[in-house]
Amino acid sequence: MILELFLSACVLLGGFFAFIAGLGVLRLPDVLIRMHASTKAGTLASGLVMLAVAVVFSDPPTIALAVLIVVFLLLTAPVGAHMIGRAAFRSGVKLWDSTVVDPTASTKLGAHRNDD
Amino acid sequence: MSLFLLNLLLAVAWAALTGSFTLAGLAIGFLIGFGALALVSPLFEDRGGGYFLRVYRWVKLLLLFLWELVVSSVSVAWDVLTPRHRARPGIIAVPLKAEGEAEVLLVTNLISLTPGTLSLDVTEDCRTLYVHAMFADDPAAIRKQIETGMERWVREALA
Repeated sequence: MILELFLSACVLLGGFFAFIAGLGVLRLPDVLIRMHASTKAGTLASGLVMLAVAVVFSDPPTIALAVLIVVFLLLTAPVGAHMIGRAAFRSGVKLWDSTVVDPTASTKLGAHRNDD
Repeated sequence: MSLFLLNLLLAVAWAALTGSFTLAGLAIGFLIGFGALALVSPLFEDRGGGYFLRVYRWVKLLLLFLWELVVSSVSVAWDVLTPRHRARPGIIAVPLKAEGEAEVLLVTNLISLTPGTLSLDVTEDCRTLYVHAMFADDPAAIRKQIETGMERWVREALA
């Protein structure tokens, strides 16, 4: 009973955070802020769903797969966000108005920006 | 490292003796084996050569990281759902103390998943990390938070 409630909560929260990640990509103001939503909330969402899946099925192949999925998400989500954010910054995508950029960033990262 | 092998052996022994060769059985065996080894640690050369400390630090890193992931997701959710964007974003240079590619990779990956920061790029020499922060009013505070938080935990775990 308690386990079922806990698992339902995991799946529902996972769905909720996945929704937040999608909505965040839609309505946050610029690329880099959107990456915050998609990496953090997206990873947590998949983690919660995989936790519930592993406990419900609880046979070794499923658990192993669930663990692998979470591990690879933890490895790839930040790397993906890093590559997208880096490409956006270097190619000079316009950032949100109030963004404060460290003055050394453009030269150190070899960016081709012309906003400041 | 031989203590780790001993611990694995104890886990297998436990699973075999209880007749439950499952993932759960092995996990329980590993935990009980770890407890037993910790109990008799004074018998080993220099108290186990840091094996227990290292496991403790990895577990600490994992738990703190999971906690930070939850906190950051909730704060992102709040920012997405409320109509006004409170963010005052900025790009901040953070000097890195982490050495070696493994440490830098782990630090940057974990920073991306913790509240308010997203790793953007590392300079060629791996000495400076540029992060995008949601609340960049006080860059010094963010630098300090990374240095005394995630970076220190990673360096302790990998040391």
